[in-house]
Amino acid sequence: MKTVLELRELLDTNQVTSQALVDEALVLAHQNQEKCNSFVTILDDAKGNHEKKSLLSGIPYVIKDNFSTTGILSTGSSNTLKNYIPFFNATVIEKLKEAGAVPIAKSTMDEFGMGGTGTTGHTGIVKNPWDPSRMTAGSSAGSAACVAAGVVPFALGTDTGDSIRKPAAFCGIVGYKPTYGLISRYGLFPFASSLDHVGVLTRSVEDACATIDVMKGMDERDQTSLDSSTMHLLDSLTGDIKGKKLFYIKNLLELDAYEKVSDSLKSTFAQFESTLDLLRNAGAIVEGIEFDMVLLNAIPTTYVCISCAEATSNLSNMTGFSFGSRGEGSTYIESMKNHRTLGFSPLIKRRFVIGSYVLQKENQEKFFLNAQRVRRLVVDKMNELFKHYDAMIMPCSEGVATKLEQAGNMLQNDLLEVLENHMVIGNFGGFPSITIPNGMIEELPIGVNITGKVLDDENILNIAYTLEAKMSYKNQIAKEVN
Amino acid sequence: MTLLATIGLEMHCEMKSNAKVFSRGKNGYSEIPNSNVVALDLALPGTMPTINKYCVKNALKMSMILNCEQPEYMYFDRKNYYYPDLPKGFQITQFHHPVGINGNVVIEVNGERKSILIHDIHLEEDTASLDHGFDSTYIDYNRCGIPLLELVTEPCIHSALEAVAFLEHMRSVYKYTDISEADTKKGQIRCDVNVSLAEEGAPLGTKVEIKNVNSFSNVAEAINYEIKRQSELIESGRQDEIEQETRRFDEESGTTIRMRSKADAIDYKYFVEPNIPKYKITKEWLENIRTEITELALERKDKYIKQYGLSDYDAGVLVKEREVSDYFESCIALGIDAKIAANWVTVQILAYINKYELTLNEFFLTPEMLKTIVDKINDGTISSKQAKEVFFKTLENNKKPEEFISKENAQISDRKELESIIEVILANNQKQVEEYHNGKSNLFDFFVGQVMKETRGKANPVLTKEILNEKL
Repeated sequence: MKTVLELRELLDTNQVTSQALVDEALVLAHQNQEKCNSFVTILDDAKGNHEKKSLLSGIPYVIKDNFSTTGILSTGSSNTLKNYIPFFNATVIEKLKEAGAVPIAKSTMDEFGMGGTGTTGHTGIVKNPWDPSRMTAGSSAGSAACVAAGVVPFALGTDTGDSIRKPAAFCGIVGYKPTYGLISRYGLFPFASSLDHVGVLTRSVEDACATIDVMKGMDERDQTSLDSSTMHLLDSLTGDIKGKKLFYIKNLLELDAYEKVSDSLKSTFAQFESTLDLLRNAGAIVEGIEFDMVLLNAIPTTYVCISCAEATSNLSNMTGFSFGSRGEGSTYIESMKNHRTLGFSPLIKRRFVIGSYVLQKENQEKFFLNAQRVRRLVVDKMNELFKHYDAMIMPCSEGVATKLEQAGNMLQNDLLEVLENHMVIGNFGGFPSITIPNGMIEELPIGVNITGKVLDDENILNIAYTLEAKMSYKNQIAKEVN
Repeated sequence: MTLLATIGLEMHCEMKSNAKVFSRGKNGYSEIPNSNVVALDLALPGTMPTINKYCVKNALKMSMILNCEQPEYMYFDRKNYYYPDLPKGFQITQFHHPVGINGNVVIEVNGERKSILIHDIHLEEDTASLDHGFDSTYIDYNRCGIPLLELVTEPCIHSALEAVAFLEHMRSVYKYTDISEADTKKGQIRCDVNVSLAEEGAPLGTKVEIKNVNSFSNVAEAINYEIKRQSELIESGRQDEIEQETRRFDEESGTTIRMRSKADAIDYKYFVEPNIPKYKITKEWLENIRTEITELALERKDKYIKQYGLSDYDAGVLVKEREVSDYFESCIALGIDAKIAANWVTVQILAYINKYELTLNEFFLTPEMLKTIVDKINDGTISSKQAKEVFFKTLENNKKPEEFISKENAQISDRKELESIIEVILANNQKQVEEYHNGKSNLFDFFVGQVMKETRGKANPVLTKEILNEKL
């Protein structure tokens, strides 16, 4: 399967029909399902759309299963919603429908987006198409796996910590989370409302632009949505970044700062250096800056406090009363407890416990409110930096996708934990943030992340676009390693 | 030992609006159960709240009426708890920055003015309503998301009488401003009552909260019962048995019953609602809202007494319901004398609408029509007795009063015409004239009666008496 823009060309010149694309996508989806378990639902009766309304008309795509879709099972990869068929579409689904795009499947994710492994969905683990013994990362696991495998040119994702950008890196594709509020969250099953973003996984920066151009816009059903009518992402790409200034966080990229230096870390940093050279060759200025280590070290905990607190509240609607299956029990409390105890996996119950704990009256000041303060300090620091720089550039991780058996044992020490989690800064500030592939380690992809200031999406996309053109990973489709 | 009761009230009042406060569902609780429900009211996954600006405006208006301080930004908090009437698992309310704080309002208790201190007023959403059957409970989501204003007083009230006077006052304010129908029968007002007892001058005693009292008479009963219960405990030296607890009022027995102690209080884990961005309340907007505040009952009452010279009682009757007061003010605006208008409204009109169970909106006779009738009395065309007949005929026939003030039944006020009628009567009753002159002065009424008989009651009585005095 080609990219959106290539398919548009083929459709417009009648070299292919939408029906043929949809049929092909469905065949590929079933193959991918066998290998990677990317989907909760495959829409076998999906029909091509031959009317041209937009760039996306007639083009097949995949929806993450935490979007409400009329008449289509929408589970959030949770047992609590295993039979839930909504009667309304999320705003973004409605926009894609109006644009004529054709959904062909709903993708597997970490339960309600609460996980970074792709292994906690109620329909089983998602495997990386490059190496099925490895995870994709998550939570937009199925969306990343199917786009990387070439099933469709784009898939919807959502990103609360790095849930689009991390799996994109581990699957060798593009993952873009626009500015908070650019895309309506109405109809997105919430995880942590102040951090949740809708975004997209594609195989080219152009496709990320073309799809978000359709999906963005103010929505009266989401009061946090913004007017972006003057922003035209695809049209704004120039390929010229002369004079653009980027920074990276120097204190996270010094090998000797790490207790144990793996080959993969060395390789990641080396390839990151080469990427910076490409940018410099294109006329950009790239500098390392020092970021307060105390703030950096507080980032993972801050994320846990805020996201778990909001999650425990957001998911309090899962009681089996006004929707979903009623739990057994002779009192309402028993009935609610049974519904929740049986429905949620232990991993997310743990998050609810943390969330409740940090919100308790006696703990709120120390945990939840302090986390809000740290968030504010980090965002202020970033905004200060964005006065002098167009964007931050950083590696997405310490290396390639982890082996599935190590899913529960990812974090070795504090500094690695910070390196693995820095992309959450983009969620703290609602900053536009994009990951593109920038290298390979032992035939497995790694990615680089570019994050910019609020509503400066055009700028960071243009930097990513320019960089993408200097490498050979555009429209890269996963080649299984042996 | 003189014990003083100290009472604080929480008054929840459902607001009028087209849509609910955070959803597009219709604000129509009393309609067929579950007929006014949209996805958000059921908390279906992915739904998001959007604030109803009309409700915010009215909340700010009420905040100003209560002389509260308004916050710089409008935002909301989540109050988290699990209960089947709360599908989201949290209620959107205002905990950190309510729409009004530190206010005060002057009320009238038995003719005396008293200032009640307001702790805060906040805007929130109502929960679904639960209807408990024999072995099951029915949930009506119509009520879920209906805008509520919760008003919290300081503990500054000292009797059931004061408490009810305050609630009556607030009901009147809600109705005058049209912010709420404020109908307790429809469950639109619900109260929580805090009562503590202590010796006068001593620090406040242990506070007992009585939840969900749904009528003003129950508020009074609950307070009186609680004062009795607590004073008996204190007077018999069992003071420690008064526990900080939540009780409920049992209507059947007229008593309060323990629900839970303070130790079991729920931790609501309040935090700022992330889906409704902070909204700046501009000075211009506030000033705009201020101009919309209507003159309220107590202000009107003062005006009626001072400016129009009405009695305290009549003024009180006129301002009790806004529509009555508005009717009265229209009469004044049309130029009807205030006392005459007050008399018509408080006697004839209120009696009529009460008898036929009408509202003033359904009442046919407009202030303009009343003006026509009053003018005809003033220019002597009709007597006040005839005016009453015209009043009722107008209402019976739903026709203008002019239809019933014809030449035919007009009062005879023409001196010459009356003189000639009287001369004939005197000539025909010589015997009685003689007797009258001989000292039988009560025969004067006989002659008046004859004139009325002759004119079928249309003779102007004042003029008749005047002429009779001259002629006899």
